[in-house]
Amino acid sequence: MPAETTAGTRKEAAVAALSTVAHTPGSKKPDPIVVVDGMVRRFGGLTAVNVDHVEIQRGAITALIGPNGAGKTTFFNLLTGFDQPDEGDWSLNGTSLKGVAPHKVARMGMVRTFQLTKALSKLTVMDNMRLGATGQSGESFWRAALPFFWSAQEKKNTERSMELLTRFKLDAKKDDFAGEMSGGQRKLLEMARALMVGPEMVMLDEPMAGVNPALTQSLLGHIKDLREQGMTVLFVEHDMDMVRDISDWVIVMGQGQVIAEGPPDTVMADQAVIDAYLGSHHDQALTESGEAFTADQPEEQA
Amino acid sequence: MLYGTVTSDGTGVQGVKITATNDSGFSGEATTDAKGAWEIKTPKSGTYTVTLDEATLPDGVALTAESGNTRTVNALLGKVRIQFPTGEGTGGGASKAEQAVQLTVDGLLLGLILALAALGVSLIYGTTGLTNFAHGELVTLGALSTYFYSAVLHLPLVISAVLALISCGILGALQDKVLWKQLRRRGTGLIAMLVVSIGLGIFIRYLFLFFFGGATQQFPEFSGQEGLELGPLAITPKAIIGAIAAIIAILASIYWLLKTRMGKASRAVADNPALASASGIDVERVINVVWILGATLAALSGILVGLTSGVSWNMGQQILLLIFAAVTVGGLGTAFGALLGSIIVGLLIQLSTLVIPPELKSVGALFILIIILLVRPQGLLGRRERIG
Amino acid sequence: MDWNTIISQTITQAVGVLAVIYCLAAVGLNVHFGYTGLLNFGQSGFLAVAAYGLAVTVANIGLSFWAGIVVGIIAAILLALLLGVPTLRLRADYLAIVTIAAAEIIRLIVRSVTFREWFGGSDGITRFADSFYALNPFSGPLALGPLKFSQNDLWVVTVGWSLVALTSLLVWSLMRSPWGRVLRGIREDEDAVRSLGKNVYAYKMQSLILGGVIGALGGFVSAIAFQSVQPDTFSTDFTFFAYTILILGGAARIFGPIVGTMIFWALLVFIGEFLSEAVSAGVITFITSTQVGQIRFMLVGLGLMMLMIFRPQGIFGDRKELALDAR
Ligand SMILES: Nc1ncnc2c1ncn2[C@@H]1O[C@H](COP(=O)(O)OP(=O)(O)O)[C@@H](O)[C@H]1O
Ligand SMILES: [Mg+2]
Repeated sequence: MPAETTAGTRKEAAVAALSTVAHTPGSKKPDPIVVVDGMVRRFGGLTAVNVDHVEIQRGAITALIGPNGAGKTTFFNLLTGFDQPDEGDWSLNGTSLKGVAPHKVARMGMVRTFQLTKALSKLTVMDNMRLGATGQSGESFWRAALPFFWSAQEKKNTERSMELLTRFKLDAKKDDFAGEMSGGQRKLLEMARALMVGPEMVMLDEPMAGVNPALTQSLLGHIKDLREQGMTVLFVEHDMDMVRDISDWVIVMGQGQVIAEGPPDTVMADQAVIDAYLGSHHDQALTESGEAFTADQPEEQA
Repeated sequence: MLYGTVTSDGTGVQGVKITATNDSGFSGEATTDAKGAWEIKTPKSGTYTVTLDEATLPDGVALTAESGNTRTVNALLGKVRIQFPTGEGTGGGASKAEQAVQLTVDGLLLGLILALAALGVSLIYGTTGLTNFAHGELVTLGALSTYFYSAVLHLPLVISAVLALISCGILGALQDKVLWKQLRRRGTGLIAMLVVSIGLGIFIRYLFLFFFGGATQQFPEFSGQEGLELGPLAITPKAIIGAIAAIIAILASIYWLLKTRMGKASRAVADNPALASASGIDVERVINVVWILGATLAALSGILVGLTSGVSWNMGQQILLLIFAAVTVGGLGTAFGALLGSIIVGLLIQLSTLVIPPELKSVGALFILIIILLVRPQGLLGRRERIG
Repeated sequence: MDWNTIISQTITQAVGVLAVIYCLAAVGLNVHFGYTGLLNFGQSGFLAVAAYGLAVTVANIGLSFWAGIVVGIIAAILLALLLGVPTLRLRADYLAIVTIAAAEIIRLIVRSVTFREWFGGSDGITRFADSFYALNPFSGPLALGPLKFSQNDLWVVTVGWSLVALTSLLVWSLMRSPWGRVLRGIREDEDAVRSLGKNVYAYKMQSLILGGVIGALGGFVSAIAFQSVQPDTFSTDFTFFAYTILILGGAARIFGPIVGTMIFWALLVFIGEFLSEAVSAGVITFITSTQVGQIRFMLVGLGLMMLMIFRPQGIFGDRKELALDAR
């Protein structure tokens, strides 16, 4: 994506486009990249996701918030094909993604990261990055044994990786094993690696969790950058200050449903949202809040 | 050396004459002993023709039609075991329906035996994530220690069995404390632990062989028990008593899982170890108790196998795959899945002999395992794993 | 005690026919387990279908030796597809159980009386590799110091180690390519690789086929070397030994299987020969000569355990990679 527009203009454009949108769950967006209809996912008796209708605006940063166990990660899994819903349909750029395999979803331009970081530990940082590049002829079995087929392309991918690593300040680590890095650095690497795919839409599941405060600022900067480069961002975050800082639009989930939508300030004043968060503290059964202990603990204290 | 055992319905056939010859004029002869065992020492490696004299078979016992009474074998490496499968005599065969009734009962018995072992595999997997390839050796241990108490120390079989259960429970706890707990503490990965269990299994198995020898032995009591005829059914009293013991053990385990504090805790640990530990459950203690239970149940399973088909050093390994098939069919890590899977696998193995040759009955069961995984990857009662 | 025999046997068998067979099996497993993280416990099944494919084609159908080789390789590819379709979407431990089950199914079928016409029951099939030995360029046995091979064994071993070299070279060139990078990525975390747009399932299948076919070469060597195939050669213990070899030499290393094989066989043969000699010379009196074999197996089991616990990266692997696992 060309980034010839000066910093900040894309933000204004996004905010302007969203200014006319109603602050109600499931409201229509002027230029939606993702449209979800009647998506339901049940685990036994528990309905983890039950989204009637939701649209994600192209070129904007949308935050997905909600208490633990609200179904955000499950929603991500469903959108990206990692899990299949019991009912419902959803589309990217008007193409239905129903039944599309996760790797195809990624190739169609929707790339995600994971709440629990998935850096490939015993690959070097550089190999992690190069793995993200698409259309590599050296990834075909028949050509792999003969470097002649792929060395030129490999060189280009290495250069592009190097640019991104420099941008994310990981260039000094390029020959280290990914497993040797700190949790925050691995989050950065995972995000940089996702960008190697050349996505149109980036989905980040709790990108800031466990990242030390010094790094969060630069992470936030990177996320804003994505929008300036014309990408659409959907991200899950618990820290309301950060949500307010970078997002153009906020979608709130509670018990699997979209309970509120709107610009950050409006949403945070919404009584339904406050109830959802407070309610989550005393109403939830023990097993449901189990997620809180495993997934949301900062995974890296150092 | 050539050797084998001639059996009919699980008991040895005495007085059957077997001869072996080779091209260079060697000829050896043997007669089966009370356990049906025979062996012929051969002077050197080479090809031998082994013949069973069908005239020496007792009335009512005959070789199966496919079997034939001669074998040509290549005695290249040490011992060669030769089998002559026997079947019903020439007396009138049972009708398909009667066979089906008999096989259903046999299948349920096998299912119970598998369930005892499968429950342990499943509980251990659920609480620790370990796929224990050395579980078969716990089964063997149950039978071997019962044999030790009864045949070597000459205690009555029932007392021997109880002592065996107790000692196996203790050894189970010990195995967990000495080995698996340490590995968990070191943060050893699940696949690494799985491989460790394979090594442990090989080690223990050959340790058994070292001390116990390669022959199949019978418990001193009840070995040649007469079958009862209940209508079309033939069943030995020891099988009935064994089944009752298995059912009691399984019911007790279910009660333990559902009603006791420890049992509930074990389910909580299986569900979410971090949460369980955060809510004050002593996870290591729960795991240790699960090991005691798993080892005791496996031992009972081994005793029951020993009662019906004798005790041997690798008896556990021989049913390990069926145990795994049962656990997988039911869903890895779910106790009730393991029970359901065991009964299904047991019935399937026995009933499949209505249509396929008995020697291929395990093939049928393992094949069904693959089919079920195709249709329902998480097993019948299993849960899909989480992503993200 | 006859030290000459002990040493000669040890050295000869460390590079002997059995070593070649296990080495090829381990090179295949290295592709599966070492590089892709696939827990294939049915490697003996790949050797079995290849060996039987060759034997049946030549001895029972009457086609040529080379047709037998082609049939064997096709059989291995088909087995990989059959195993892969239901299991490659499942978790690692399911794959382990299903592959073991499949290898057992194959063993039980080829040893059954029902299919004896085809596979020869527990006796197996013999004499089908004459045309291989007809190509033997060596004119006599080899006696190079302690290293002793018969004329035929020398030919088998030469071809066998050439196959090991060729397959290792192939694996090396594949694993340093982007294709190999995808496999290593899958080993670390397949969902991450999926999220980057790679068809993980297809890569795992390719890996399963490649490693299976390399294992199949081991099956051919076994069939040819003994001019015989027997079902119980291809037991699950075979696969477990191949794993021991792989982990001993170091998984995900090109020389891992080779180094592992030589050390494994040298140790196994040395211990066996030494104990047997000691027993027959009356130096050791508390065990019998049959128990020597059992002690060897116990040591294999113990060795596998200890390696996995204390040196999962192999005896020559570095600590750095190990530390990554603990994170
Ligand atoms: N694979 C699964 N099996 C059973 N329940 C699940 C599974 N995945 C998620 N859940 C449940 O679904 C609910 C939503 O979880 P999740 O999407 O992870 O929430 P969030 O990411 O918003 O914290 C939780 O109650 C969780 O326990
Ligand atoms: Mg989440």
